[in-house]
Amino acid sequence: MTIIIDTPERLDTTTDAVSVDGVTRIFSARKRGAADVVALSDVSLTVHAGEFVSLIGPSGCGKSTLLRQIADLDQPDAGSVSVFGKTARRARLDQDYGIAFQQAGLLPWRTVSQNIALPLQMHRERGLDVAARVRELIELVGLGDFADRYPDQLSGGMQQRVAIARSLARNPKLLLMDEPFGALDEMTRERMQSELLRICGETGAAVVFVTHSIPEAVFLSHRVVVMSPRPGRVKEVVVMERAGAPVGSDAVRDDAAFFRGVTAVREALHDGAAAGQGVENR
Amino acid sequence: MSTRSRSLLFSSATGIAGVALLAVLWEGYKALGPAEGLRIGAVEGERGSGVMVLPRTDDVAMPHLIDMLVRLLEPVSSSAADTPLWLAVVQAASLSLGIALCGLAIGLVVGTVLAVAMQRVRIVESAVLPLVILSQTVPLIALAPLVRSWGARIEIGEFEWQNWMSVAVIAAYLAFFPIAVGMLRGLQSPSAVDVELMDSLASGWWSTLVRLRLPAAVPYLVPALKLAGASAVVGTVVAEVSVGLPGGIGRMIMEFAGFVSSDPAKVWAPITGALLLGLVVAGLVALAGLPLNRFRRTELAS
Ligand SMILES: Nc1ncnc2c1ncn2[C@@H]1O[C@H](COP(=O)(O)OP(=O)(O)OP(=O)(O)O)[C@@H](O)[C@H]1O
Ligand SMILES: [Mg+2]
Repeated sequence: MTIIIDTPERLDTTTDAVSVDGVTRIFSARKRGAADVVALSDVSLTVHAGEFVSLIGPSGCGKSTLLRQIADLDQPDAGSVSVFGKTARRARLDQDYGIAFQQAGLLPWRTVSQNIALPLQMHRERGLDVAARVRELIELVGLGDFADRYPDQLSGGMQQRVAIARSLARNPKLLLMDEPFGALDEMTRERMQSELLRICGETGAAVVFVTHSIPEAVFLSHRVVVMSPRPGRVKEVVVMERAGAPVGSDAVRDDAAFFRGVTAVREALHDGAAAGQGVENR
Repeated sequence: MSTRSRSLLFSSATGIAGVALLAVLWEGYKALGPAEGLRIGAVEGERGSGVMVLPRTDDVAMPHLIDMLVRLLEPVSSSAADTPLWLAVVQAASLSLGIALCGLAIGLVVGTVLAVAMQRVRIVESAVLPLVILSQTVPLIALAPLVRSWGARIEIGEFEWQNWMSVAVIAAYLAFFPIAVGMLRGLQSPSAVDVELMDSLASGWWSTLVRLRLPAAVPYLVPALKLAGASAVVGTVVAEVSVGLPGGIGRMIMEFAGFVSSDPAKVWAPITGALLLGLVVAGLVALAGLPLNRFRRTELAS
């Protein structure tokens, strides 16, 4: 059968959104005698503009660490990271990405709307109606009735949705998301997944998405990066086939291609030997 | 009624109950305790020998509360034209209150600036924090003459160093300590996730200070302010005596101490005044803390 790789051709592919080149990150042991932790070992990865890439792998394999290198919250010991052709640091200072952390990380003294408004207040855009934009974002994540609540009055999943809204606030061209839907129920999760794809379609944002769920990765992604632990490396990159149903429609979940994708990722996770369709070995 | 004003009402009620309990203890001990006190190891027939373990309860050592109250309404001295005692005490206490609040304000500013500097630069923390702790071991009595003589040398144009300023400086010297220590802990309290969030938003040092660290420090600042308020009052009262500033409650306590045998109830008037001064400062600090409750959500909820 033919494999149609849904690379978004409408987008400028001359500058990649993210280019990770031979990155190694070693956490030196604080205690004497304890071994250093090689969180990332010679990891290379390219994310094209507008592309959705998922990172999947067992706990502790360095997914969050890789994301933090891209976000310039941590610096590699070897190798380099560039974001939209700039250094990661420049991209961070230019606010080229929005990030949602593994923990929601809301400021407890700010209400839901104040938390979402934070990036907008810190970097004011001329002519932007902050209040209106915040209302729009709150509706987007379905928290319309909770705008003036404080984080301690929300459930974990609701807090996570606030954090997602905050990461979207400035319409970034790159979204970094660390298990953003981990705390959500299945219904909300599926709705948020579709919403996320819709937003990406509208804004043309590239996404680096960490998840533990194979179906989620397959449903959302153009490519799924399978990582292995100790030392953290890229084991395989599985390219999703996007024949038939359009990206992000619920029909995809029942598509035969969807199940083939799930199988391919699962095999890549369990052992490197899977050489099925759409699997690109590295 | 909001939870806020309810909790304020509750703390005022417990405050009043505390004062009432003190009064009950006073009168209770006076009624039940030994009139001549209790001495251990006293030699028969030798006055003042041995160690006093329980104070005397006679009317000279412990006047009845009602006598003290009545005395408050009478003039300060025997001449009837004098101001009533209560008014004199209130006037002295207000002077001390002003100085104590001044000292508290200076202490707040100095303590905050020190804490911010210590948070900002690691080396400053390891260099300054021991000094801050050491500073509190210098006895006030030694400090007062120093501050006074340094102050006397300051002359900038019209400005001339006043004696009360020395007292305020000494009050601030005691007050800045809890603030610097509490504030430092508070500024360091945000988790790595919170700091990374600010970094990801390309927040500079100042912006992170204002938007993250200072709000996060509030739960640590409020109890530190209460301590600092109490320290400022103690510092003011003691410094008034050692600097020799007339008109305040500290000097009044010393002056009236001379009347212990001739007019025992009078002695207690300025002491009561000092007690009230402490309560007023504590109340003002609590009031000032109310608008900060938004920053103490997690703490107040638990
Ligand atoms: N700041 C740090 N100091 C020391 N070691 C660290 C630090 N951050 C991460 N590590 C180590 O690096 C490795 C990778 O951690 P990372 O958080 O990237 O894993 P992960 O893939 O995100 O796991 P999970 O799926 O559980 O979130 C782990 O072994 C962890 O112990
Ligand atoms: Mg992680």
